[in-house]
Amino acid sequence: MTVDPIHQFEIKRFVDLLNVSGVQFSFTNAAVFMFGIVAIVFLFLTYATRGRTLVPGRAQSVAEMSYEFIAKMVRDSAGSQGMVFFPFVFTLFTFVLVANVVGLIPYTFTVTAHLVVTAALALLVIGTVIVYGFFKHGTHFLHLFVPSGVPGFLLPFLVVIEVVSFLSRPISLSLRLFANMLAGHIALKVFAFFVVGLASAGVVGWFGATLPFFMIVALTALELLVAVLQAYVFAVLTSIYLNDAIHPGH
Amino acid sequence: MMKTWKLTVAVVMTGAGLLGAPLVLAPQAAYADTVVRVAEAAAPAASGHAASGGQANAQDHGAAEGNTVDAHAVHFPPFDATTFPSQLLWLAITFGLLYLLMSRVTLPRIGRILEERHDRIADDLEEANKHKAESQAAQVAYEKALTEARAKANAIAGETRDRLSADSEANRKALEADLNGKLAAAEQRIAATKTDAMSHVRGIAVDTTATIVSTLIGTTAPKADIEKAVDVALAANEPA
Repeated sequence: MTVDPIHQFEIKRFVDLLNVSGVQFSFTNAAVFMFGIVAIVFLFLTYATRGRTLVPGRAQSVAEMSYEFIAKMVRDSAGSQGMVFFPFVFTLFTFVLVANVVGLIPYTFTVTAHLVVTAALALLVIGTVIVYGFFKHGTHFLHLFVPSGVPGFLLPFLVVIEVVSFLSRPISLSLRLFANMLAGHIALKVFAFFVVGLASAGVVGWFGATLPFFMIVALTALELLVAVLQAYVFAVLTSIYLNDAIHPGH
Repeated sequence: MMKTWKLTVAVVMTGAGLLGAPLVLAPQAAYADTVVRVAEAAAPAASGHAASGGQANAQDHGAAEGNTVDAHAVHFPPFDATTFPSQLLWLAITFGLLYLLMSRVTLPRIGRILEERHDRIADDLEEANKHKAESQAAQVAYEKALTEARAKANAIAGETRDRLSADSEANRKALEADLNGKLAAAEQRIAATKTDAMSHVRGIAVDTTATIVSTLIGTTAPKADIEKAVDVALAANEPA
């Protein structure tokens, strides 16, 4: 067994579908897991709410709590007008959350450990902000970059800073999730290799292998926290950015 | 929270350190490879239109790509640009599907459950308030009835007391009047008896005086003188 902690991120092409002038579209393991995420989220929420009981059971409580959690998050960040984006933020949160958590199961594939996926989601968020901002407010949306009550000579600098901070949002949004998932999984895999490597070194190695083994247990707990936290952070930041599209004035 | 972030940073840095070499090397390798592939693809494409046709071209290309993946087994998958179109395609499809399912089916469903519960609680509260108001009204009515009954009882008691006292007063007056009448009659009778007796006293005194005078002086005195003397004596003894 070679020590290859990035093997877990390999995209496996199961079926090559079509090739448009050199651009290859294939059905991959990533696609399997993406469909799996959709199935898990939809089937769980459908199963949880099957009874539609007045007094919720455990599963229904989870569904209702996630609903109210995201609804409160969007309302607090973007106001009641922001509730048009509630399904969007809810979809983002559940997609990222399930992708992160499913990725922690051994032998699975982590969809969100690929920069292109997180970047696409981040660009989708920023694209929504820009399109909705211009659609809703026209050129008034550009007031987002012009802080009010600033002396005239400072204004150009501040506008530049605002524009740069706006443009850096999708980068930080996508890199944060990507790097967290990637690094966590690599760390887990490295410690797992330590266990295997030490255990194959005889009786002394068996005892030595317990140390990285406990490290894996602790890291798994940490990574579970990170997985949930990153989904939460992604959703919160999305809500905050969407607020700019709804209320562009400072 | 701070600790979590520090740990996360540490893990990220560990990962970054481990990945340093592949990160630096892989994109360059991929880039070089892409250049070669584009050059390879361009050459048959130019002649392909003239001679062999599109299908053979595509097969060539597929084979070339398969070889490429084998040749660069050490590359870093997240930065392998050949996988991007597939990932984006499936992400768009699955994310769009999830969005549709959530916005059309699941979220309205959960929302309806929450709304129903909210309505139900509001209804129950309203009903409870209604019952409370009803019970308060009943209590007020009860207290009112109690007050009225008490007032009525007091009135009846007062009336009865008045009537009874009036009756007894009347009885007492009748009795007193009766007794007064009897007393007056008795007094009249006493007075008549006394007068009668007193009228007998004068005759007895005259007779006694006549006897005493005749015994003392041996002759009878004229009756008129005796009566005169008796009247004088009686007048003198008459109580004032």
